[in-house]
Amino acid sequence: MGALMSLTSKEIKKMAHLARLNLLEEDIALYTQQLTSILNFVEQMSQADTRQIEPLANPLDLNQPLRPDKVTEVNQRDAFQAIAPQVEAGLYLVPQVIESE
Amino acid sequence: MLNKSITELSHELQRKNISSTELTQFFLSRIKQFDSKLNSFITVTEEHAMQAAKVADAKLAHAKGGPLTGIPIAQKDIFCTQGIKTSCGSKMLDNFISPYDATVVKRFNAAGMVMLGKTNMDEFAMGSSNENSYYGPVKNPWHLSYVPGGSSGGSAAAVAAYLTPASTGTDTGGSIRQPAALCGISGIKPTYGRVSRYGMVAFASSLDQGGLFARTAEDLALLLNVMAGFDENDSTSSPQPVPDYTLTLNDSLQGLRIGLPKEFFSSALDKEIATAIEAAIQEYEKLGATLHEINLPNTSLSIPAYYVVAPAECSSNLARFDGVRYGHRCKNPLDLEDLYKRSRSEGFGKEVVRRIMIGTYVLSAGYYDAYYIQAQKIRRLVRHDFEEAFKKVDVILGPTTPTPPFKLGEKTSDPLSMYLSDIYTIGVNLAGLPALSIPAGFTQGLPIGMQLISHSFTEARLLNIAHCYQKATDWHTKTPEGF
Repeated sequence: MGALMSLTSKEIKKMAHLARLNLLEEDIALYTQQLTSILNFVEQMSQADTRQIEPLANPLDLNQPLRPDKVTEVNQRDAFQAIAPQVEAGLYLVPQVIESE
Repeated sequence: MLNKSITELSHELQRKNISSTELTQFFLSRIKQFDSKLNSFITVTEEHAMQAAKVADAKLAHAKGGPLTGIPIAQKDIFCTQGIKTSCGSKMLDNFISPYDATVVKRFNAAGMVMLGKTNMDEFAMGSSNENSYYGPVKNPWHLSYVPGGSSGGSAAAVAAYLTPASTGTDTGGSIRQPAALCGISGIKPTYGRVSRYGMVAFASSLDQGGLFARTAEDLALLLNVMAGFDENDSTSSPQPVPDYTLTLNDSLQGLRIGLPKEFFSSALDKEIATAIEAAIQEYEKLGATLHEINLPNTSLSIPAYYVVAPAECSSNLARFDGVRYGHRCKNPLDLEDLYKRSRSEGFGKEVVRRIMIGTYVLSAGYYDAYYIQAQKIRRLVRHDFEEAFKKVDVILGPTTPTPPFKLGEKTSDPLSMYLSDIYTIGVNLAGLPALSIPAGFTQGLPIGMQLISHSFTEARLLNIAHCYQKATDWHTKTPEGF
C-alpha cells in the first residue's frame, strides 16, 4: 500500500467475477468510484506500526473445540430439500456442468 | 398496559390481572394500528403468537410460569425461525422458510415468550440506518423522516413505539447500540461468545453477536438470563457460566472507576450530545463513581480495520447464497456460472454487493497481507488499548454516536459517511467486549444514547451500572408522541 490509487473498471469486473456477481454496465462507474474511495480510506491502516504484532482472528483467542467422532445428527434431508429450488431423487439440480463429448 | 416494563408485565401476569392472550392481542393490535407508519415488521406471526399465548396461559394457570412466561417478543429477521419466513431483509431470502429454529429462538420459546413476528433490518445486517432493506426503510418513531439506526432498526423502532416490550438484535459494528441510541431505548451487545450464533445468519463470524432491546436495563437482565449461555452447536460459544443478571442490579456504585476516552470527546462530537453525556457523568459522580481520563489511541484506525475485516468475512459467508439449495434462484440459467451470477445479483442489494466486492478484493492474491492481515493486526492493537484501559478503570463511558439521528436519504449517496458514524461502537466488536447503550437525553426532540463498555463477561456489572443510572434519572421513561 502507499499512495492513493484508483480502481479500473477492469479490476471491478474481475472482482465481480470472483464473487460470482453480474454488474450492470451503468453501475460500473459508480461502484468503481465508491470502492476506490473506500479502499483509499482504509489506506490509513498503513500508518500503524504492526511489525511486532500478530494478527488477531478471534477476540477470545479460542481454539476449535473438538468432539468424539460419533454420529449424533439426524438425517433431515427431506426437510432441508423441501425448500430447495430444484431437487430430484435427493439431489440438487443445476445446469449441466460436465460437457458431453 | 401501555409502556409497562417487562418486570411490570410479568407481575401483572403472575397476579392474573391480565392473561398472556390479552397481552398478546394488545401488542398485535398496536402493530396493526401503528406499524404502517414505521415498517418495523417484515412478518407478523399472529396465529403462532396466539397459540404460544394459550400455552403460556395454561402454564401460568398452574403457577408453572417463569419470569418471562407469556411476555411477547419480536425477533430480528436474521434469526432462523422454524416454519416461518426468515428473510434477513433481503430479496435473496424472500422465499426462505427456515427448516429450523435458531438456538436463541428455541431458548425464548422454552422460557414461554410469545413471538409476535420478525423485524425489519438492513440487508444481511449491513448498514447503520435500516435504509438497505428489500422491504423498505424503517422510520424513527420519534420523527418519521429520520432513520431509526441500523442494522437492527426494526427491532429498535418496535420497542420504542411499544409495539413489543422486547426484541432481539445483532451487533457486528454497532447494530444494536446505535439503533438503541437513535430510538431512545436500552440495548445490549454481550461479550463475543456469550450468546449462541447457531441459526443467526452469519455476516462477519468473528464480530457478530446476538443481543437485546428493551425499555430498561432491568428488562435486559431478565432477557439476557435466557439468551446467554454455552451452545454446543456454536463452536465460538463460551463455556463461561451465566450468572443471574438480576441479582446484582442494585449493587452500589461507590468507588466505581469510570474511564472517559479522550478520543470519544473530540471536536467531532456534536455539542448537544457532549452536554448530555457530561450531565450523565455528573449523575454517576453523585452515585459515588470516580472519573479517569483514558486513551484508546487506535480508535480512528478501528474503522478502516473493521471495513476490511467485516467485508472480508461477509464475502466468505455470503458465498453460500448461490441459488442451488435455498433462497432466490434466477429463471432459466444457461449454465452454472450464469446460475450463480444472476441468482446472486438479482438477490443482493447494492450495499451487500459493495461489501462482498471489498471483501473479495482484500482477500485476493497480492492484497491479503496488505489489507486483511494488517487489519487483523490493528485489531490486536485495538483490543490491547481496551485491556490497558481496564487495568485502570472498571467501565468506559462515552456517547454512542457522534451525531444525532439523521434524515432518511441523508447519507445514502456516500457509503463512507455512513461508515464514519460507527466510530464509538466499532472498536468494541473488534475487541469482542460487552457494551450497552441507554437513553441519556434529547437533542431537538431526538434521542441521545450513552454507551457503557466493560471487560469480557462482566455483563452483570454493566447492567448494574446502567440500572443505577435509570433509578436516578428518567430519560428511559420518555416515549414518542403518536404511539
